[in-house]
Amino acid sequence: MERVLDPIATSADRPKARAEVVAFVVMVAALIVAPFFLYPLFLMQALCFALFACAFNLLIGYVGLLSFGHALYFGWASYLAAHAAKIWGLPPELAILTGAATAAVLGVMAGSLAIRRQGIYFAMITLALAQMMYFVALQVPFTGGEDGIQAVPRGFMFGFLDLSNQMTMYAVVLVIFLAGFLFIHRIINSPFGEVLKAIRENETRAVSLGYKTDRYKLAAFVLSATLAGVAGGTKAIVFQLASLTDVHWAMSGEVVLMTLVGGLGTVFGPVVGAFVIIAMQNYLSAFDQWVFVIQGVIFVVCVLLFRRGIVGEFAHLLRIKL
Amino acid sequence: MFEIFGIPSQALFGQLLIGLINGSFYALLSLGLAVIFGMLNIINFTHGAQYMLGAFCAFFLLQYAGLGYWTALIVAPLAVGIFGMIIERLFLQWLYKLDHLYGLLLTFGLGLIIEGVFRNYFGSSGLPYRVPESLQGGQNLGFMFLPNYRAWVIVFSLFVCLATWFLIERTRLGAYLRAATENPTLVRAFGINVPRMITLTYGFGVGLAALAGVMAAPIYNVSPQMGADLIIVVFAVVVIGGMGSIMGAIVTGFGLGVVEGLTKVFFPEASNTVIFIIMAIVLLVRPAGLFGRGA
Repeated sequence: MERVLDPIATSADRPKARAEVVAFVVMVAALIVAPFFLYPLFLMQALCFALFACAFNLLIGYVGLLSFGHALYFGWASYLAAHAAKIWGLPPELAILTGAATAAVLGVMAGSLAIRRQGIYFAMITLALAQMMYFVALQVPFTGGEDGIQAVPRGFMFGFLDLSNQMTMYAVVLVIFLAGFLFIHRIINSPFGEVLKAIRENETRAVSLGYKTDRYKLAAFVLSATLAGVAGGTKAIVFQLASLTDVHWAMSGEVVLMTLVGGLGTVFGPVVGAFVIIAMQNYLSAFDQWVFVIQGVIFVVCVLLFRRGIVGEFAHLLRIKL
Repeated sequence: MFEIFGIPSQALFGQLLIGLINGSFYALLSLGLAVIFGMLNIINFTHGAQYMLGAFCAFFLLQYAGLGYWTALIVAPLAVGIFGMIIERLFLQWLYKLDHLYGLLLTFGLGLIIEGVFRNYFGSSGLPYRVPESLQGGQNLGFMFLPNYRAWVIVFSLFVCLATWFLIERTRLGAYLRAATENPTLVRAFGINVPRMITLTYGFGVGLAALAGVMAAPIYNVSPQMGADLIIVVFAVVVIGGMGSIMGAIVTGFGLGVVEGLTKVFFPEASNTVIFIIMAIVLLVRPAGLFGRGA
């Protein structure tokens, strides 16, 4: 991985950069070995949500915008990808791209409305718009209402990779996740990303420096929505299913929770958070009916005692940047 | 019986009535949100759960203590309000110096816990709650049949809303409250116990939600998720009205209820989404909200 130094980076930043490289190598190695020990379907689910959480974190962690409606992009991308693969018969790579494009269009529309207000209103607007599209998903016929779109074919990636093979599918999901992860890493370490962080720290000052902050915020919003769409589309292909669960506000809450648990504004936090929450859901499935209560308790504990999240606390302890 | 725009008057006025009732709940809930936000700088995501608690409180009082609607109308808001104050002392008070978003996340988590616990014990299906004896029956107004209970809900919510407006805008206590919203440090320097005022304000806002819950109990069934979806609509109402003005919250709440009711008559497919669509239009035309004082 080539690390792109910040324009303002000094020699003091280099050990921090090294920590990131080490962590990245460890993560990739762990993910390559993992399917030999763990259930691949669980890993693929976790990877899709990890990408979703990373996309969400791009907004909350680096622009300071809390979108409480990210299920909109995830869910609608998953519907369109499923529809493209099943009804239009598109190969999986084009199906996922269809999903991502849908999310991008929705991101432009919702984003340009939401950035008109700041702070808490931004969260309420994104939530309300997502709820609106939830009702639309409930009513339009192609989504299949309560049934969702089932039995989506996995097909052949690029015409020759047979995705019905669990390991091939895993490899594809891993590559998609890593590409998304590195893309986000590239965004936040680019000059564009520096402007985003400036907006997070002090928007008025960024405006006074001559940045058209609305354009930057919208661009970040659309990027985040699109990547959430990639995650949603991939999820639809992996599970061969797109359903109302993916567009419901509980899903928006879940991605917030993953990011919060892992660490807001950390590069690796959302990945760790996604694995923790998905593992919790899978291994605590005996307490299925308590899952919302448990999630609620984690929210409360994180906000009151543990605001840096797992990765954030760890990095703080070792005084490194992760 | 006559027709307006090809719609039988019974259907039109019936939906208008339902719209007004929903509007009273929107108004009460957005009023509570606005009062809480003004004082605590926290958007209370638990509001929907507290509305649900109000309804359940009325249900419990009837079921286990034999206490009827009129007692519940007083006891439930008090009980849920005190519960709210405990929440404020235990959790919320640690967040005032932090970014807004933590208040949102914490109250969202609390809402999940409360709703989750109730769903485990009472399932997803609703429990019925009778209309009180004294308000059963209705009036035939010639163009429509008006159930007494529904008329009561509209009149009483309007009264509570206006009383709240009077309390905040026209009394000494309200003046302290508004002053503390503007500059808490200065108000404290005058010897007023601002932290206690914050706790009481939260209790009051939560009490309003519980009151709405009690009034909703005989109309809708009492169910664990009755507040979850409602609160998102109320957020849209708050975005449309802006949280800066008490009267704005009341007018927007009732107005949007009516619009939603009319949509059910003329264009039923959009009745779920119309408030969100209005929100989008308002954001395009007047980003600060109809009664907002800037973002």
